[in-house]
Amino acid sequence: MAQHKINYLQEAGLPVALTTVDKLVQWGRSNSVWPLTYGLACCAIEMMATGASRYDFDRFGTIFRASPRQADVIVIAGTLTKKHSPFMRRLYDQLAEPKWVISMGSCANTGGMFNTYATVQGADRIVPVDIYLPGCAPRPETLQYALMLLQKKIRTEKASKKLQPKRLV
Amino acid sequence: MMRPYSEKENVQKKPYYSDRFWVAPQIPKEPVESDAIFASDLDVLKAKFEIKEAYIQRGQMVVYINPADNVDVLMCLRDELSYNFLSEHSAIDWLAKSGEFEIFYQMLSTCKHKRLRIKCFIKEKETLKSVIDVYKSANWAEREMYDMFGVIISGHPYMKRILMPDDWYDHPLRKTYPLQGDEAAQWYEIDKIFGKEYRDIIGPEERDGARIDVDDTYRFAHINHEVPFGAPRSLEKTVTEYQEEGGVFIVKKLKKEDAKILKERP
Repeated sequence: MAQHKINYLQEAGLPVALTTVDKLVQWGRSNSVWPLTYGLACCAIEMMATGASRYDFDRFGTIFRASPRQADVIVIAGTLTKKHSPFMRRLYDQLAEPKWVISMGSCANTGGMFNTYATVQGADRIVPVDIYLPGCAPRPETLQYALMLLQKKIRTEKASKKLQPKRLV
Repeated sequence: MMRPYSEKENVQKKPYYSDRFWVAPQIPKEPVESDAIFASDLDVLKAKFEIKEAYIQRGQMVVYINPADNVDVLMCLRDELSYNFLSEHSAIDWLAKSGEFEIFYQMLSTCKHKRLRIKCFIKEKETLKSVIDVYKSANWAEREMYDMFGVIISGHPYMKRILMPDDWYDHPLRKTYPLQGDEAAQWYEIDKIFGKEYRDIIGPEERDGARIDVDDTYRFAHINHEVPFGAPRSLEKTVTEYQEEGGVFIVKKLKKEDAKILKERP
């Protein structure tokens, strides 16, 4: 005989939460956004600072992975040169779906101050970018904020495998 | 040395100001005889090779030689005159003026505490002998010189571009090379990754860093009036928050009034 009786209909309600698959899956995905350990220039120093203990990316469930096969997001942290652009695109192609891209800093956004022959004038010429992060270089707080916005964006997306294929660029 | 004064009355009104009669100031040249060590070094070189010109600038001797003698001159400097370090080696583009490259070898003697510069002129298509057998540090310097200027080196073990990609067209440090790249450079990443047929889809590079287009919601966002990617502009006010109003399962929404704000660092 139970010592106490729980009235599911009166107190905190049924121990059942109703949600949709989309919300549940994307909630999971948004809280384990694993970026690729990939830095190009001085922005990478800020990215490393964001990953280290003071700013602590891990508390967002964001752990840098050494392989594109295990990563969900690629942070283009620094100047993307034309020589490097095919490798960058290859790394992006190797990320497993679903995948997102954060373009970090002026150089990755628009080429920045490198208005020259050797710099890609905006990483969005190569890969589709989800979040553009201004700054030269952006502070770690800015990268954290970008990640929070990306998490919010992920939560609004559909989890279905029949996702529309991403535009090429 | 000061450059002569020129009238600058309406400089602010002009978008670009250039003084047509400006002459680049030259560092004064001193005779080699003013330094005993350099004078004796030059005598040794003069006995063996044809020296076109020699002077001292900023305490460093500059010697012009025949380009064909370069390996022998550097060998002599290393073995007999103890210039044991080739610190810099590159070219200067004078193609517009005389159709020539000026090649320089910047050398250092750690025994004599002296720096010396060997210079020579070569024509555009002329080959220059490699000096790797004398100084190992010439290896990358010569590759860079080929990469940036197109100076052809003979006898180099691995003559390949060092900075630019292997399939790059032209040599970017030549004066005739446009700063923002020729056509091959501007479309390089598009041609290589997607193929030439994607040029129309992706479009040319945006080279104006100050360009703003208020109707372009692909590239520009209006703070507090945000719309989805590519949607038309709207004046409807949006609130930018990093988390949804109702909160997310397990993830707690931060409210400003709940946060504890420290007056100073603990």
